[in-house]
Amino acid sequence: MSTLSRDEVARVAGLARIDLTSDELDRLAGELDVIVESVARVSEIATPDVPATSHPLPLTNVFRADVPEPPVDRAAVLAAAPASEDGKFLVPQILGEDA
Amino acid sequence: MSDLIRLSAADLAARLQSGEVSSVEATRAHLDRIAAVDGQVHAFLHVSDEAALATAADVDARRAAGEELHALAGVPIAVKDVVVTQGLPTTAGSKILEGWVPPYDATLVERLKAAGLPILGKTNMDEFAMGSSTEHSAYGNTHNPWDLDRIPGGSGGGSAAAVGAFEAPLAIGTDTGGSIRQPAAVTGTVGVKPTYGSVSRYGLIALASSLDQAGPVTRTVLDSALLHELIGGHDPRDSTSIADPLPGLVAAARQGATGDLTGLRVGVISELQGEGYQAGVLARFHESLELLRGAGAEIVEVSCPHFQYALAAYYLILPAEASSNLAKFDGMRFGLRVEPEQGPVTAERVMAATRGRGFGDEVKRRVILGTYALSAGYYDAYYGSAQKVRTLIQRDFAAAFEQADVLVSPTAPTTAFRLGEKLDDPLAMYLNDVATIPANLAGVPGLSLPSGLSDDGLPAGFQVLAPAKADDRLYRVGAALEALLENEWGGPLLAQAPELEVAR
Repeated sequence: MSTLSRDEVARVAGLARIDLTSDELDRLAGELDVIVESVARVSEIATPDVPATSHPLPLTNVFRADVPEPPVDRAAVLAAAPASEDGKFLVPQILGEDA
Repeated sequence: MSDLIRLSAADLAARLQSGEVSSVEATRAHLDRIAAVDGQVHAFLHVSDEAALATAADVDARRAAGEELHALAGVPIAVKDVVVTQGLPTTAGSKILEGWVPPYDATLVERLKAAGLPILGKTNMDEFAMGSSTEHSAYGNTHNPWDLDRIPGGSGGGSAAAVGAFEAPLAIGTDTGGSIRQPAAVTGTVGVKPTYGSVSRYGLIALASSLDQAGPVTRTVLDSALLHELIGGHDPRDSTSIADPLPGLVAAARQGATGDLTGLRVGVISELQGEGYQAGVLARFHESLELLRGAGAEIVEVSCPHFQYALAAYYLILPAEASSNLAKFDGMRFGLRVEPEQGPVTAERVMAATRGRGFGDEVKRRVILGTYALSAGYYDAYYGSAQKVRTLIQRDFAAAFEQADVLVSPTAPTTAFRLGEKLDDPLAMYLNDVATIPANLAGVPGLSLPSGLSDDGLPAGFQVLAPAKADDRLYRVGAALEALLENEWGGPLLAQAPELEVAR
């Protein structure tokens, strides 16, 4: 199994949307490589005949009665937001192109 | 030290009911204790004096008016900071949520409030519950009341230390891989991870949704049963909440306290002892086994051969789920927002800058690891394989529970280590949870209670595991062993803890 290079950590950190400094990247790459090597041993016993389990106990879908319930108070939610305007979240531009 | 803070929750509740003590007095005594010792212990991130005293005064007034109240009404409690509390700051130990005040209560907090338990404050923890020492908190270390230079366990080190330092008779913890049980073990306290789905997860800031479970942190087994019955039971707002009623937990604890375990089969897990386990921890474990045998239990050895892969599977499943759950910390709707220093201020770049600044090292490690394990080309080898290991571990449990009613092991391989000792070695840190992780992977309940002091004079923990939905067995066996051990010690283990210096 491949080991985790510094470039690979940088690529995955980008996917995870986490800015890393160059120092952080050096340190994390070393640490993650050791961790990945250690956890890779799961493949030793994960043979094709073993089914995967995603959840500890059997799950069934859960419905509730189709009755309106009051939502969380909007003012309280917006009061805890980094920025808001006109009763809505105020966020940066979504698209990367020049505005 | 005031006697009030030394009482178990059950004893304090009895005095409140008899009118001998008021809730205001009891709450004030604990707030005074926090003021006196928390400068050294640092179990709390936020203390809610006024709200706690207001709740206490309300309970006292309702009791005086003859109202029928919950058995724990007026008994103060501390809540781990990963549980959202309306009107009280909730950070999950992270800078990314600094100053956030949730607009709603977790279901378990609603139940605490409805029952009239004054909430003393929010307790310290590893950031987003990632850690085994509370050293990954963004708000400083919590110190073990037995030795202030040592870790209180983690991630719920704050809740365990609060209870161990007599700052609260009860606390709430959450356990994803041992975060209730391991801190209990290293602080000489009691902690229970209920069956997955026994306590609602609504309002917990999710770490790994298929593993997380909230539960009681206390000084006695009976207190844990009382608190578990209060916070547990079905919640329509958590789709994984178990619909069946809870088994009789308090009744099981009271039955167990008689010390009779005739006919009970206790399975000792071969794989969770031996190499890597401190000699004194094993010695206390085997002495406890002899006490159980003396109480009529039959001790059998059981093998769970796939447990040796549990740690590896856990450190794939947890980061994978965490990387997804923590995606909500994007700087848009709550918490920190950081704009990039250069270049266009787009949502995506704000998210990356916010998470780069707001997340600590361990969170970055695990989110990146989880993203990697789920990424194209690696999914089958890592995450897919880990899910298969989970199946094998569940089969190990199923086979073991054919031979035994409960399974037992030391809770943690060692006693509390020194602050800083394992901070630079993530893998060494992960090994602390080797005995607690299998229960989370399988969803089964587990309890830790103190088994005595190891050779270094620090507390060791004894873990009891039961089949899913048979949490009552934990309380029966735990209460029996607690009674037998306290009989030998001449009182609770915490009575042997050194007195903390009291600030004036």
